[in-house]
Amino acid sequence: MITQNEVQEAAIWQALHDVADPEIPRLSVVDLGVITHVKVDDQNKASITMTPTFSGCPAIHYMQDAIRERVASMPFSEVEVKVSFEEPWNSNKISERGRAILHESGFAPPPKHDGYIELSVLEDVPCPYCGSHHTTLQSPFGPTLCRSIHYCNACSQAFEQFKPVA
Amino acid sequence: MPIKDTSRTAIKDLLFRMADDCLILGHRNSEWVGIGPVLEEDIAFASIAQDKLGHALSLYSILHEHLGEPDADTLAFMRPEGQFKCCHLVEIPTQEYDIALVRHFLFDTADRLRFEMLVGSSFEPLAQLARKIKGEITYHTMHANAFIRQLSRGSEEAHFRMQSALNEVYPLALGIFEPSEFEEVLAQEGIFAGEALLEKSWLETITPILEQAGLTVSANAEAALGGRKGYHTEHLSPLLEEMSEVFAVDPTAEW
Repeated sequence: MITQNEVQEAAIWQALHDVADPEIPRLSVVDLGVITHVKVDDQNKASITMTPTFSGCPAIHYMQDAIRERVASMPFSEVEVKVSFEEPWNSNKISERGRAILHESGFAPPPKHDGYIELSVLEDVPCPYCGSHHTTLQSPFGPTLCRSIHYCNACSQAFEQFKPVA
Repeated sequence: MPIKDTSRTAIKDLLFRMADDCLILGHRNSEWVGIGPVLEEDIAFASIAQDKLGHALSLYSILHEHLGEPDADTLAFMRPEGQFKCCHLVEIPTQEYDIALVRHFLFDTADRLRFEMLVGSSFEPLAQLARKIKGEITYHTMHANAFIRQLSRGSEEAHFRMQSALNEVYPLALGIFEPSEFEEVLAQEGIFAGEALLEKSWLETITPILEQAGLTVSANAEAALGGRKGYHTEHLSPLLEEMSEVFAVDPTAEW
């Protein structure tokens, strides 16, 4: 049987689709995979746990506030948003929809990995514009901690990859 | 789980060493912003600096949340020099790019291996953080290894400069592993396997890369010690002053 709390929790997950990554506005925090836990208790208190993509991510508190604000508009007695490393983020946590949104936004999505990242994984990245594999890694460090810079030799377009992180 | 009193002091010492290294090296790395030799390296050092400051923040936060220390800003900006536990390697001014690169290679290899060792630590907050951070540091060592190999195999001048930088920085890097008075407690309690083991695994990791790069280190190099006990080079004090300049104007300001 589905409890009232579980219904409320599902409503929060749904609402969190409205909260976007500040750098990629079409990508929600849910599809990015940074929400690890949603709980509503018997006192009608909502607790949300999130985790950063990179531990030095400067956007984490911005996202934390945006999540709190979104859930505060719902009928809960209290809203708590915690940042925790208990269940750390890795790039496999980006949803299929999130990967499609990244691709449509001009980013190469991170390749799925099995817990270990080799340089070769970073070097073979298909161009999100023309699909060619004839690309070059320019730098594993890009404009934000979670992105690397690449160049497509086929369509002469520079592009970024959302980095794979184990 | 409550922390034993004997472990408590030992864990604090370990966390301060790690956090202070990351904070100070983060600042040194950030000095390349805007003046990197090529744009990609400018961005790389900026990103690595940002990661280091993030790691320092996370480590100071553990000290604050689990071990009764003041908050991260206070720990970073309000402590006197003698309370810092960083090694001398991270303190030296940035000088030239060859020095910055060799330091980045030697430090980040040790840092990655340290976090890998801490993944199974019995002190759970540190184990959790280590599981997160080890994936990020992979990018740092990947970057360092690639540049050490490329530059050392470049022109005669490039090789000469990399070798000279290594000669200068290597004794400082050995100071990373200055043993603490808590090695036994840390190992017994399953918190951290110890500096000696870390140094061994560091040597095993850097040796093949140095060989590929055609670089050599002196077997008689003497470690620069003292940093872990609060004795620092003359470079730390001016850096701390510069770092806390804005904070000290109004420590209670809301940002």
